[in-house]
Amino acid sequence: MDLQELSIKLAAHVHEGMGFESYLLPGEQPVLQIVVEGFNEMPIFVTVTDEQMLCISYLFDVKELKEGVTGQLNETLLKLNVPMPLSSFAIIDDKYSIFGSLSVNSSFEDIAHELVTLADNAVDALETLEEYLA
Amino acid sequence: MSILSKIFTAFKGGAREVGEAIVDANGIRIFEQEIADAQNALQSAKKNLTEVMAKEMQTKRKQSALSESIAEHEGYATQALEKGDEALALEIAEKIAVFENEKVELDEVLATYSNSVAQLKAQVKEAEKTIKENQRQLSMVKTTESVQKATMAVNSTLASNNSSMSSAKASLERIKQRQADRADQLTAAKALENEETGGDLKAKMAAAGIGESKSKGSDILERLKAKKG
Repeated sequence: MDLQELSIKLAAHVHEGMGFESYLLPGEQPVLQIVVEGFNEMPIFVTVTDEQMLCISYLFDVKELKEGVTGQLNETLLKLNVPMPLSSFAIIDDKYSIFGSLSVNSSFEDIAHELVTLADNAVDALETLEEYLA
Repeated sequence: MSILSKIFTAFKGGAREVGEAIVDANGIRIFEQEIADAQNALQSAKKNLTEVMAKEMQTKRKQSALSESIAEHEGYATQALEKGDEALALEIAEKIAVFENEKVELDEVLATYSNSVAQLKAQVKEAEKTIKENQRQLSMVKTTESVQKATMAVNSTLASNNSSMSSAKASLERIKQRQADRADQLTAAKALENEETGGDLKAKMAAAGIGESKSKGSDILERLKAKKG
């Protein structure tokens, strides 16, 4: 699905009681910034490649970590990856992130479900990982 | 070297500029060329395969026609023998021999076709595997690059929009505050509802054993006993 089309559809959609706000970021690679209603702090950035649609939310910068916890944090994240529904942890540049990837052929319902789940997971993750933050 | 290990090496190097290509344009072209070559190979293998399979079927049809002719002529030969015409029977038997030889020759032809079919099917499989594998590798390159470009776009947006740049701790505080607000609102709403319906007072009275009480079996029994007595 084209990001412009996704943005328009999301504006009129309510999934599990939650609405969406989105706008397209300018740049070489089109990115749609999406805020799930009630999750203003955790915007989701969606970008589309040939095969997949990537939904990414940034959790914290490497610089925000307490000293010497990196190894422990990374191990925790690897362990949490499987139980966490639909999303996985990642490091992009210097930012710990949470993301989900979908097939480009996913239905709009699937995408909406992914976004709501990712926003939930992002907040859960932030709360869970607070002890590692300086 | 697989793309994943190239990406790994690039990340391990660490000195890479953001946005620098993991695999240069030439590398991507090589992948695309390999996919195109494999697609061509796949096309011609499939074309040959259909041709050979058609020939194989024709040959099998010819063979069964021969088998029928053999059976037919065996019948004729038997009839000739029954009529005591040994010479005719021999002539027919010679004809049967020709058919049988032809059938054996076709066996060899058929074996060659079957071999070709197996080979071509293997080629088709191989080409399909190469295409899929190269596409998977290419997809990794393209995804990595898209994410890098997307990250640049996101970073420049975040940088020009201070509110989204706040630390995770600050975000967490705001999230918690909002959750607390929502919980407070819910409690307040519930309290208000209780007040409006008088549920609160009723609950207090019920706890103190005042007000309307539901009739219980034991009460009724007491009443009946009192009446009787």
